[in-house]
Amino acid sequence: MSTPVGERRTARTITPEELPGLAEALLGQGFRVALVAGHDDTDRLRAVYLFTAPRPDRRVELHVPLDRDHPHVPSLAGLSFAAGRFEREMRDLFGIVADDHPLPRRLVRHFHWPAGWYPMLADAGDPPGFGDVDGPYPFRTVEGPGVFEIPVGPVHAGMIGPGHFRFSVVGETILNLKARLWFVHRGLEKLFHGRTPERGVELAERISGDTSVGHTLAFCLAVEDARGDAVSAATQRIRGVLLELERLYNHVTDLGALCNDVGHGILNVHAQRVRERLLRINDEVTGHRLLRGAIRPGGARVRALPDPTALAAVGADMAEIATLALDHSVVRDRFTGTAPLTREQAADLGTLGYVARACGLTVDARHDHPFLPGESNRVEHAHTDGDVLSRFLVRAEEITTSIAMIAALADAIGGPTAESASSGGAGRSGVGIVEGWRGTIVHRVEIAADGTLSRVKVADPSFFNWPALPVALADTIVPDFPLVNKSFNLSYAGNDL
Amino acid sequence: MTLLGLIGGVIQPVLIVGGAPLLVGVLRQVRARLEGRVGPGVLQPWRDLRKLVGKEAITPRGTSELFRVAPLVLVATTLVVAVVAPFVTTASAADPVADLFAVVALLALGTAVLALAAIDTGTAFGGMGASREMTILALVEPTLLVAIFALSVPVGSTSLAAIVSSTLNDPARVVSPVSLLAAVALVVVIVAETGRLPVDNPATHLELTMVHEAMTLEYAGPDLALVELASAMRLTVFLGLFANLFAPWGIATSAAPLALLVGVLALVVKIAVLGALLAAAEVFLAKLRLFRVPELLAGSFLLSLLAVSASFFLA
Repeated sequence: MSTPVGERRTARTITPEELPGLAEALLGQGFRVALVAGHDDTDRLRAVYLFTAPRPDRRVELHVPLDRDHPHVPSLAGLSFAAGRFEREMRDLFGIVADDHPLPRRLVRHFHWPAGWYPMLADAGDPPGFGDVDGPYPFRTVEGPGVFEIPVGPVHAGMIGPGHFRFSVVGETILNLKARLWFVHRGLEKLFHGRTPERGVELAERISGDTSVGHTLAFCLAVEDARGDAVSAATQRIRGVLLELERLYNHVTDLGALCNDVGHGILNVHAQRVRERLLRINDEVTGHRLLRGAIRPGGARVRALPDPTALAAVGADMAEIATLALDHSVVRDRFTGTAPLTREQAADLGTLGYVARACGLTVDARHDHPFLPGESNRVEHAHTDGDVLSRFLVRAEEITTSIAMIAALADAIGGPTAESASSGGAGRSGVGIVEGWRGTIVHRVEIAADGTLSRVKVADPSFFNWPALPVALADTIVPDFPLVNKSFNLSYAGNDL
Repeated sequence: MTLLGLIGGVIQPVLIVGGAPLLVGVLRQVRARLEGRVGPGVLQPWRDLRKLVGKEAITPRGTSELFRVAPLVLVATTLVVAVVAPFVTTASAADPVADLFAVVALLALGTAVLALAAIDTGTAFGGMGASREMTILALVEPTLLVAIFALSVPVGSTSLAAIVSSTLNDPARVVSPVSLLAAVALVVVIVAETGRLPVDNPATHLELTMVHEAMTLEYAGPDLALVELASAMRLTVFLGLFANLFAPWGIATSAAPLALLVGVLALVVKIAVLGALLAAAEVFLAKLRLFRVPELLAGSFLLSLLAVSASFFLA
């Protein structure tokens, strides 16, 4: 039945009819939908469902071969919200239809792509000219006395990604928010096709600019899983250090930006100062301020390990900034109780990362799917009310933990560089799971017989967390939206590949 | 109209138009230095205005004359206040207009016209900014009137020039409970009227949180320059009025050149100091949740009411 195919991973080929029953059984055993990906195997299509579970780390794949002329699968949207979103993505990119989907509307496809054109199919070719639009896609209209709509974006005042937000409000209170993203489709997954894994790294580093370590590491772990490469413990620890360095500089930026969004600019200035110090440390460690170029399939190379005293100073600085922010009565008032996401909502939507942890969920791939040798202690967060304050505090606490982790990992490594040889095996699939700074990143790769990548599927935590933003914003006031949006700080580029 | 009033009527508008962008520059520079930044220098607002004036005038499609007239009205109303109110001299160029109610009405007219222009654009942001500004205006205007009224009760006149002259003759009045209560109320009013922290954040780029800035989003080029200039002038006028109501020393009471020179210098110093204090205070403040702003304004209204009551009981 199930055959082991990779690290702690089994795969099973099933018919579409078997899918809902098996998925329900897996979800019942504590698995979550990590990703759903379409594949074009030339003679037929194939849908792959990857389920993962923590404690112990388990990964189960269900492969559903599909007829090219009639690619239909039963929808799992009723079982898992995230699966329903992946199904819409798969339909837009491959034309694989999930039957009885409760929301059978396009998700990722561009409004002007011609109907019936599926970019991920092998014979799709270059994007055709903008043609017949794929039917109207109206916003839900909220009616009633005093209700009006505020359209915002996709071009914003700040330097953030493009997203269109449609607020339906009464006075200042948000009744309904629809976030329409998907303005930055770059066809990334298709760009991987035909590249060697070594040449795929440069793409993985650029999936989301602020998560280059997270995505590169997930990609490399997946490639190593597929090739059956063994990587030394020292290499993995160096990768662990880089992952935490990335978490540090991003969390520091976010804490400052949250203070700035409530008009307390002085703390943002200081957070920016700390961030610059961290970027320079990154530069010393890897030769790149955003930590690119250090992680490769089978290896990791750094120039030096970060100086623990410098990082401890950063930690003390940030602890002071966080204390100053929360001791300010107005800042605290703006954070407390703003846009709460309940634990139940967070679990139902399948949220990941600090968004989930601020609601009391314990999802953290560093513990659920560890790539580092040895056990590390899970952090207990003091504030898990799911509001902006909790998301602020979870970040502040993670900064402290990350600095401690870097010190412990650096101690265990000893020397600065470590290399492992690549065995260059081919013809298999691999999965890499990494806790990036935003949350759990999952990559699944398939390597063809000639050693090139035949399919790479990327699942960024933003894909799971975006739907939580409108849920948390119900009954929040419009002027608090930028603050709440920043407290989630979701990626546009990671979401729309 | 006296000679002194006439001279004041010429010097004051020149001084306020020329100095208002510099005041904004001082505020930004003080804030930058306190935050550890270098800052662009106090001349930057003037450079920005020069740049904007040199641009092509464009207006959004579908807007009416109101949109085009609003910046002019905004500048004009503030300019009238700059001419008549006692800034450099105690005598006014047009004494009947230097009345408490007339001055407050003129300033409110500018705000109201800008709000109408914002609605005229038909954009969601304009409407949102206008609605917020009107909410704040409705809460601020009574406080402004009542607070200055409290100062006018002992004088027995609502003429601003008379209030200022009377304070000059009786300096002890400045430390009376009436004066102190009114001063605190007026500080809140000025902060709210000029869109400073904690009511509004003039430095933000976040459209959804804006109040004053949301109303001016559709303006560009020379029109935007006028709107920016008018905002700076309003800030200057408010700070100047505040300074002369509570510390009128130095203001020219005769047309002697030395007295006028002292009057000009005193005004510049007072406004610069107040502006620097305002900027320094902003470093320590954060923006209030929008629904908490009425609480702050209600508090200031209460203080102004107490000031009026006290002015009757202590008289």
